[in-house]
Amino acid sequence: MPEILTPQALLQWAEAKRRELNKFQFTVEICTDTGCRASGSRAVAEALRAEVERRGLQDKVNIRQTGCHGFCQQGPLMVIEPGNIFYGKVKPEDVPEIVSETLLNNAVVERLCYLDPASGMRIVKEGLIPFYRAQDRTILGQNREVDPSDIGEYIANGGYAALVKVLTSIKPDDVIDVIRESGLRGRGGGGYPTARKWQQCRAASGDEKYVICNADEGDPGAYMDRSVLEGNPHLVLEGMMIGAYAVGARQGYIYVRNEYPLAVRHARRAIDDARDVGLLGNNILGTGFSFDVTVMRGAGAFVCGESTALMASVEGKVGEPRPKDVHTVEKGLYGRPTTLNNVETWANVPGIINKGARWFAARGTAKSKGTKIFALTGMVKNTGLVEVPMGTSLRTIVFDIGGGAVDGKAVKAVQTGGPSGGCLPVELFDLPVDFEALTDAGSMVGSGGMVVMDESTCMVDVARYFLAFLVDESCGKCVPCRIGVDRMLEIVTDITEGHGTMKQLDLLEEVAETVQIASLCALGKTAPNPVLSTLRYFRSEYEAHIKEKRCPAGVCRALISFSIDPERCTGCGACLRACPHNAISGSKKEPHTIDQALCQKCGICRDECTFDAVIVE
Amino acid sequence: MDVVHYTRILERNENHPSQLIEILHDIQEEYHYLPEDALRAVSAKLNVPLIEVFRVAHFYKAFTLVPRGNHLITVCTGTACHVRGAPRLLDELSGELNISPGGTTSDGAFTLEAVNCLGACALGPIVVIDGTYYEHMTPGKLRRLIESTREKDIEDSAHA
Repeated sequence: MPEILTPQALLQWAEAKRRELNKFQFTVEICTDTGCRASGSRAVAEALRAEVERRGLQDKVNIRQTGCHGFCQQGPLMVIEPGNIFYGKVKPEDVPEIVSETLLNNAVVERLCYLDPASGMRIVKEGLIPFYRAQDRTILGQNREVDPSDIGEYIANGGYAALVKVLTSIKPDDVIDVIRESGLRGRGGGGYPTARKWQQCRAASGDEKYVICNADEGDPGAYMDRSVLEGNPHLVLEGMMIGAYAVGARQGYIYVRNEYPLAVRHARRAIDDARDVGLLGNNILGTGFSFDVTVMRGAGAFVCGESTALMASVEGKVGEPRPKDVHTVEKGLYGRPTTLNNVETWANVPGIINKGARWFAARGTAKSKGTKIFALTGMVKNTGLVEVPMGTSLRTIVFDIGGGAVDGKAVKAVQTGGPSGGCLPVELFDLPVDFEALTDAGSMVGSGGMVVMDESTCMVDVARYFLAFLVDESCGKCVPCRIGVDRMLEIVTDITEGHGTMKQLDLLEEVAETVQIASLCALGKTAPNPVLSTLRYFRSEYEAHIKEKRCPAGVCRALISFSIDPERCTGCGACLRACPHNAISGSKKEPHTIDQALCQKCGICRDECTFDAVIVE
Repeated sequence: MDVVHYTRILERNENHPSQLIEILHDIQEEYHYLPEDALRAVSAKLNVPLIEVFRVAHFYKAFTLVPRGNHLITVCTGTACHVRGAPRLLDELSGELNISPGGTTSDGAFTLEAVNCLGACALGPIVVIDGTYYEHMTPGKLRRLIESTREKDIEDSAHA
């Protein structure tokens, strides 16, 4: 790699690298993100490399192992350019045909193209697949264009041009003005105006300042930060460098969950490469700006997503939050002014600098600008990462992009914002995703997790799930959160076990209010949201548990029982072999029975039965 | 324990209290848990009181102070995996291996760990066995995976 000592040298390298990439006739972009890896994409990439070599096509075909393309449910997936040809669920044995047909014969392997369930037709181009069509993939779309381990590809795609622009022609205060005009707000949950944070940090007194990238994506059900950091680490790094220049920081940290090993690896590699070529370190591009970044790993504590707890953790200490009477922009890491932004927020910065505040603000609602990435998961057909302009309706996301529920079931709700958010019923799906609109409805945009729930999901169980999560993750420092959330869990557990009373519902709301008001940090303050939102929109489910001792979704184990319909049971023995608790007995070809004393009501038998013979009551 | 080995891990990292969590990660990656004498060595090296080292090791869920089994089974219990049946996977394991999250089988073969989210939510339920991710997990698939892991162990010990 060449050392880049001047802005001119960066341009030259970009040009040279582009020429090198343009020599290829085809580029095959294979997603080798954590998700597609789980589906087997690395074996596909390896098979393709071997096949291309075997046929001597190395000079013709560029195989790019990229980050997440978004449509995880179709993984392992690849896109072949030119042509925008999308192949999903690709297996290593499909590779010879892809090479002989598409790369050598300019033909499409139709059986690997996306089968549109609505029309029954195969769709060849990625951009025409309904999942992608309604999206605006400003940030995520860049994942396909770079190999995350190749700084050269990032630079060839115009990477670090925004950095050059600010270092050579924009004063720090003016950078903050551009961000302010764009209307960019924090993508990590709160939606705090990014420019205000930067301005306060810049104005704070002290020579030593820090910037931090929060990649401690603890909300279960959200993984866009992993995918952006994993798939395009230089974009995040460039955003941080611009932020550091604006606020006057010389040192940055990326705090990333240890549960994301690939993101850790790619972030480290990106930093090392940037340092090697002279884009990090002293006197960057000869402009006098000096900056460096270190990766720090989290260690499995949800509370470390909170800014003060995160900073304690970066210092190597126990991740407990502190009161924020003095903000971290004044006294943060090591007591010094610190700007902390989320991965997606940083990733938006270079685009705003390159294309302008107006370009960014052209999308979105009055107060929420730009695009936002959501992780669409749960009981929905098309699961994956979705990037849409702010203001897009939940309906568009869940039904147009997500394709609705699986197995012909009815969508009941969508959970947004993780343990700090809430469940919104299908009747509210015309709500736009907008920081204020979702908060007013009792949920929040949060980091962007969207877990779709259908009729098989019990909303009281969901509330119990989040409370159990939060009891587990509460750091224990303040009483309202440590004890209040625990009491709430007790009450909701009572209800799911069938000994709740209507009076307890009032108590639940009272405790929830206290926890909201009196907790020290956002973890506690927002902890009651899952309970309050389900009480608000699904009160009848709570009442069914209490008054009728019945779980309408058939989930709460104390209120259901499993039995086998002798008419339908063929005696195949599948359930008997599957039951981990040995609760099922019966002779071959005779109807089986479940021993109620041994049955743990896990439902494994129902999943295994192909004759629909297991009854849940 | 291998004190020389700890020294190597310790020397790889900067000698600063902020490196505590990073060093504990490195030690655990190597030993699959945090041995007591390692914590003592870390305390001395970083000049952080031993009680603080223990506090950190105890506070963060990623760290374990007891040895793990030969195979680590990690079940994701994040929201997306939960609504798609992760609790049934824990049931399967409690029946099959007689362990609950945090536990290790009496023969030391398997340790079960439940984590809040592995970030592969679109493919849930997710299970990771010894670093390999398995998507769309079902109790049946999990049972077969455990069987094949056991069979491989027997094969390996026969060859050893």
